[in-house]
Amino acid sequence: MLKYALGRLVELIPVFFLCLLLIFLIVHAAPGDPVLYLYGQHISSGEELQRLRAQYGLDQPLLARFLVYLGSLARGDLGRSISTGHPVGQVIARHLPPTLLLMLTALVLAVGGGVLLGAVAARRPNTVTDSALMLLTLIGYSIPTFLLGLLLILILSVHVPLFPTFGMTTLGQDYTGMRRAIDVIHHLTLPAIVVAVWYLAIYARITRVSLIGVLREPYVASARAKGLSEWTVTFHHALRNAMLPLVTNLGLQLGSMVTGAIVTETLFAWPGIGYLSYTALLQRDYPMLVGIFVISSVCVLVANLLTDLAYAMCDPRIRLR
Amino acid sequence: MRRARLLAVVFLGLLLVVGVLTPILPLPSPRSMTARPLQSPSWAHLFGTDDLGRDVFARVVWGTRVSLSVGLASAAIATAIGTILGALAGYAGGTLDRALMRITDASLVLPTFVLILIVVAIFGASVGLVILIIGLTSWPQTARVARAEFLTLREREFVLAARSSGSSDARIVRVHLLPNALPPILVTATLRVGTAILTEASLGFLGASDPNAISWGQLLLNALQVMRDAWWTVAFPGLAISLTILALNSVGDTLAARAATPGR
Repeated sequence: MLKYALGRLVELIPVFFLCLLLIFLIVHAAPGDPVLYLYGQHISSGEELQRLRAQYGLDQPLLARFLVYLGSLARGDLGRSISTGHPVGQVIARHLPPTLLLMLTALVLAVGGGVLLGAVAARRPNTVTDSALMLLTLIGYSIPTFLLGLLLILILSVHVPLFPTFGMTTLGQDYTGMRRAIDVIHHLTLPAIVVAVWYLAIYARITRVSLIGVLREPYVASARAKGLSEWTVTFHHALRNAMLPLVTNLGLQLGSMVTGAIVTETLFAWPGIGYLSYTALLQRDYPMLVGIFVISSVCVLVANLLTDLAYAMCDPRIRLR
Repeated sequence: MRRARLLAVVFLGLLLVVGVLTPILPLPSPRSMTARPLQSPSWAHLFGTDDLGRDVFARVVWGTRVSLSVGLASAAIATAIGTILGALAGYAGGTLDRALMRITDASLVLPTFVLILIVVAIFGASVGLVILIIGLTSWPQTARVARAEFLTLREREFVLAARSSGSSDARIVRVHLLPNALPPILVTATLRVGTAILTEASLGFLGASDPNAISWGQLLLNALQVMRDAWWTVAFPGLAISLTILALNSVGDTLAARAATPGR
């Protein structure tokens, strides 16, 4: 298992370098000086520019410059924000927790709801319940994230003022402890649902197809023959194997989840990485955008690695191959 | 269900016709601000007017043109790249296959939307650039499908027969493998059209799409300010985009199911 994990980790490293090289080349193809895009330094005079170019090694050939860039990344230096002058790394770190909270909540909703709906549909395939659920999931993964967000805001906070539409906490209220937790959950509900719906729909469909297949397996028949209840057979015996394709999918869709986060956080002014990307886009804060791309790529690749390992743990055929 | 699928195909056909014919349709100009602002739907303005007095129906129709061009063109780019890389990996096998698939798998997971935002922020958004960048970032899914097809097809007897009669690799791939691999590749292409339209709409919604082109995402962004009083500014562009994606997905799903169970 350890060997498998290390092997996968080693495979990731060249991919990550390719990814950095790609962003580096894009920035170098841009009009203007790369100092601006990569390090966000304001250039005041010709002398200052020369000093900065020398400091960042920009007077050297392209490959050497790339190595200098890698060096500064390795020291955790992602440059400075153009608009505020704060170090990009610190700003991103500050915005990471709200995004993680939003993503994890959405993930739990999506996997829980998706598996449940999928299992209900798969128990009675091709019945009215099944067709209705599948139509619902088709709609769920066809409706654009921002439109769903707009609709929920219109219905559940404008017409029926149940939920707040802005931020993570109520402004001007310094709640602490339990009161604060409730306040955050209150703000979290709508955005988490908006992010979750697309994945919930996809997971329901995957679970359904996979579970219908597994329920035909001989081992399920033998579990039934032992006299186990349908509930135990479905949820304890069949579902475990039926979850495998879902785990793969979970890993593959992490990158698209970042898109969902950007749109949703912008709509709800949720103070995370997505909202940060939006403000950076508006202010043309290039080092911030590049930093967000680098950091979110690392997060996504690592999370993908973790799901692969989870898959290997679930399925001995993979790790023993 | 069969009737629903037929409806989806008819709807997509209609969109295509509308998209192609937009300039010659008898519509008010989507940019003229002559009507009274924020009128609710009526016979004069089917979908009402927006806050600047522009006809929402005309804007939704023009948006069809932009969304469809972005969807189709970037799906074509993604399909071409994905097919070539997938064919190389699947047919050649070995180290090349492993290397290409590592890159493909990683590209599939990467947050490409942030990359698109960076490119748009640096180079400025134009429809052409948006098409290009969406196309260049959404090939991995197609590459995986193409690879799987070429991998199984190359072991078939007719390939052996072609090789023993002296066909070159290039000819085998082009004449014998590609036509057989095409159906599943085209199925994923349908789904690519849908995701490309969604990506463009998300860009428009963030105000990061071509400011001179009228797109569904932009209509929704503009509607954000007035939606509390004017539901039609959200409802019609929203319906247009949702129905389009719904139709594309249901056609894609049907085709995929048919491709997965041959002989049905």
